[in-house]
Amino acid sequence: MCAATFLGWAYCRDRGRVATATGVDVPEKMKSQIPVVLLACGSFNPITNMHLRLFEVARDHLHQTGIYQVIQGIISPVSDHYRKKDLVASHHRVAMARLALQTSDWIRVDPWESEQAQWMETVKVLRHHHQELLRSSPPMEAQNAGKAPTAPAAVPELKLLCGADILKTFHTPNLWKDVHIREIVEKFGLVCVSRAGHDPKEYILDLPILRQYQHNIYLAQEPVQNEISATYIRRALSQGQSVKYLLPDAVIAYIKHHRLYTMDSSWKDRSSQRSKGNTS
Amino acid sequence: MDKSEKTDVVLLACGSFNPITNMHLRLFELARDFMNGTGKYRVIKGIISPVGDAYKKKGLIPAHHRIIMAELATKNSNWVEVDTWESLQKEWVETAKVLRHHQEKLEASNCDHQQNSPVLERSGRKRKWTEQRQNSSQKKSLEATPKGVPKVKLLCGADLLESFGVPNLWKSEDITQIVADYGLICITRAGSDAQKFIYESDVLWKHQSNIYLVNEWITNDISSTKIRRALRRGQSIRYLVPDLVQEYIEKHNLYSSESEDRNAGIVLAPLQRNTAEAKP
Repeated sequence: MCAATFLGWAYCRDRGRVATATGVDVPEKMKSQIPVVLLACGSFNPITNMHLRLFEVARDHLHQTGIYQVIQGIISPVSDHYRKKDLVASHHRVAMARLALQTSDWIRVDPWESEQAQWMETVKVLRHHHQELLRSSPPMEAQNAGKAPTAPAAVPELKLLCGADILKTFHTPNLWKDVHIREIVEKFGLVCVSRAGHDPKEYILDLPILRQYQHNIYLAQEPVQNEISATYIRRALSQGQSVKYLLPDAVIAYIKHHRLYTMDSSWKDRSSQRSKGNTS
Repeated sequence: MDKSEKTDVVLLACGSFNPITNMHLRLFELARDFMNGTGKYRVIKGIISPVGDAYKKKGLIPAHHRIIMAELATKNSNWVEVDTWESLQKEWVETAKVLRHHQEKLEASNCDHQQNSPVLERSGRKRKWTEQRQNSSQKKSLEATPKGVPKVKLLCGADLLESFGVPNLWKSEDITQIVADYGLICITRAGSDAQKFIYESDVLWKHQSNIYLVNEWITNDISSTKIRRALRRGQSIRYLVPDLVQEYIEKHNLYSSESEDRNAGIVLAPLQRNTAEAKP
């Protein structure tokens, strides 16, 4: 969905889409920004500050282009049918995400995907949320007499938010259907957040389908190296180590209260019992 | 019986905290888990001691703001607190002196509790006492300390450890005192660099049993410099600092290009002092 092609966009290979005003005389009112909704799919097992950072970094990046206005973020935890190792029940993962987002005024968690009877391909989740956006969009505004015609209220563009490592997984044979990859980058668009120093461009250029739609793939850089992998979090929790300041306090309290990710619930105790100082 | 075998430890972190970040707070958590995990120590308190304005570091905003932010950041901690003594001193205070201040404070309150006879030297006689300590062997000075008094240890990142090598930044006798009489807990990402640094320093090597290197597996490179840079660029710092800190910064508009220019061209206090004292 390239709703703004009439404004004459140019794109710069190095910086993704960049608005150009050169040679295009557009009245100020016409330069309305395109509303965007960011959707992040994943296990969120558990949700961490790093996940939340993805949204912040992506939003900053899109705003910086001058083209977009990010109006919403959606976290969509995967269903239990994904059958990933150590995946705690989806109602917990949804609850934790909800707690983490209590203080966010633009990101919310949507349990739809987690409530489906079977695992959903990412593209289907995108389609679902796109439908929801179409359904809830306001009708076109009537023109104001005496004023220049305003651009029609655009339906928000739904973009998939992910870490740059997802780009890499597109190369894994049989992990994604080719038609799905095409639909994701052609119809929706990707916002990939990578760590400073990592250049995911080669993942894009090495795959024809991604190369073709590279203008619809936004690469945002997170300058703060923040590798709070949920795997490490789970390990730390199972070993009784502190994870404070890596996830929101409310999520930690929930994990403790429901005894999630304990030694018993995660992997088997391979090593001999060690007495550890308990965090008070 | 078990309890008395463990040494109580207080972790002291000195620094600019300009501003305090989730990374600073993680240092405490990692250090506590590690020290408690040795079975020899019990960490009873963490102290954040922001440096005074007289430090004259470029970009250092007034201490009262940095103190308030640290207090907001530790509001939800039941063991880490902020101490203002260092920041209230008119002149810049060497780290070794801050350690000494807090150790003496602990010994004084321990004496009050136990009503012991050992008289702790204060103010005017302080110098004599420390000279005595420096002359005796390390073992002797430890025995002089009343049993059961918590030991203060300096908590830091690898950057502080490596700053020992910067000419005129530290007095060599201070470095010796810090590692000999107190001890260092150094949180590091790549343990090998810190180990190499210790190996290459005779004084650190001598007291290596008093230097604890703790590996930070979850890379969390949230430097205050990057936070300030992000703020100047209008980028989000959410989930990198505690929410209350982020709100406080925003409310008071603390960091800008102007604030970053504070103390520009002024020599850092320790460099000033150590160079002046070195002059014949």
